[in-house]
Amino acid sequence: MIKTLGLRKSFGDNQVLNGIDVEIKPHEVVVVIGPSGSGKSTFLRCLNLLEKPTAGEIYFRGQCITDPKVNVNEVRREMGMVFQSFNLFPHMTVSENITLGPTKVRAVPLKEAEEHARELLDKVGILDKENAYPTELSGGQQQRVAIARALAMKPTAMLFDEATSALDPEMIGEVLDVIGNLAGEGMTMVIVTHEMGFAKQVGHRIVFMDEGVVVEQGPPGEVLGSPKNPRTQAFLSKVL
Amino acid sequence: MILDFSIIPGILPALLWGTKLTIELALIGVAIGLIIGSVVGIGRVSSNKLVRTITGIYVDFIRGTPLLVQLFLVYFGLPSLIGRPVPAFTAAIAAMGINSGAYVAEIVRAGIQSVDKGQMEAARSVGLTAGQAMRYIIFPQAFRRIIPPLGNEFIALLKETSLVSVIALEDLLRKGQVVITRTFRPFEVYMAVALIYLVMTFGISRLVAWSEKRLKVVD
Ligand SMILES: Nc1ncnc2c1ncn2[C@@H]1O[C@H](COP(=O)(O)OP(=O)(O)O)[C@@H](O)[C@H]1O
Ligand SMILES: [Mg+2]
Repeated sequence: MIKTLGLRKSFGDNQVLNGIDVEIKPHEVVVVIGPSGSGKSTFLRCLNLLEKPTAGEIYFRGQCITDPKVNVNEVRREMGMVFQSFNLFPHMTVSENITLGPTKVRAVPLKEAEEHARELLDKVGILDKENAYPTELSGGQQQRVAIARALAMKPTAMLFDEATSALDPEMIGEVLDVIGNLAGEGMTMVIVTHEMGFAKQVGHRIVFMDEGVVVEQGPPGEVLGSPKNPRTQAFLSKVL
Repeated sequence: MILDFSIIPGILPALLWGTKLTIELALIGVAIGLIIGSVVGIGRVSSNKLVRTITGIYVDFIRGTPLLVQLFLVYFGLPSLIGRPVPAFTAAIAAMGINSGAYVAEIVRAGIQSVDKGQMEAARSVGLTAGQAMRYIIFPQAFRRIIPPLGNEFIALLKETSLVSVIALEDLLRKGQVVITRTFRPFEVYMAVALIYLVMTFGISRLVAWSEKRLKVVD
């Protein structure tokens, strides 16, 4: 579904991604772990072209999306992204946050978009907050709205960048549950997280990144249980 | 030295007549400033380097030179260039509009840049184009933050209209000067002139404070 070939990204002299080759199959849940600054966010942001790769190719549903002729807006609407800092639109209600994309990008009639928004809010367990503004919600609720907003575009894949890192501990569970349910429904997902228990539970494959390269990858049991690479071992001994 | 404010009622009609011109100049000036400033302000954050550079030069030139010099450039300088005189009123609103445009541009730029970077990214990641993201996400949020400094800019512009008295436009200050040649009471007249400016600027600042409070509600 998503495939990167020799993906590189640098900011000035700072080489952040140094040749990443990863393939994500349909319905697969890939969890990316690694130390802070290793390029996990940059990798995700390259996948939906929020960052322009310096070199290499990205294929999405068979199409080379790093080709300059590709319409980036068409690619992005197919890849939902959830950010660490929620990034809800503060001047819009929860419902407006969710319906904006479908109505403006997919030309869905407002009534239909609102109906779908309610279904999604029900799914993430906050149907009663439809008309609230983001600032009136807790962090966990905001992040669940952000997930509903991304799902409203009916994306083919979802990208999560440390979706629970900005949350108070008591709210992490409710957000992980929502992401876990999506995995259960067969959504293709790339998840960056520091929640190792969750990674083990929902991940089909763990990708360990360090200094802009994939150091080790494989099934959760192997990578988290008996890592082969010393860098993976060193990282896991710190976080587990 | 005895103050004689009994002359005030007699000179008030003349002063109010000047006030009318002052308000006209300020309103037209700020309207032109808003149009120029919005376009230039957006140009300042453009992804096109040439656009950024040109708008940057305009803003720096205007903000780095006195309004009085700009006014003289338009009123005295331009006629020699185009071969015919520029009417005083036209020169005044042109100079003030162009001047205000640079300050408004900075306010607009700062407003746009004050919106968190994540907002644009979230908007783009649901597939909105850059233009749609600007229109639905960035501008509405920037607008709320632009209102208060814009009010201050209007107050500054209103006070600066007094400079046009030097090109013989009969604004509030100039009317005051004229009245003094009749009454020989400079202190009383200038006090009256000052108070009229104060009433206007105070009124605007109250209006801005009120609108600020109303816009806060959803922030
Ligand atoms: N927009 C940017 N401009 C410059 N440097 C950046 C930018 N984004 C990320 N970086 C740099 O890239 C490196 C990797 O960052 P990031 O991908 O956020 O890592 P991670 O998510 O693994 O913590 C860091 O050194 C960071 O400073
Ligand atoms: Mg990160």
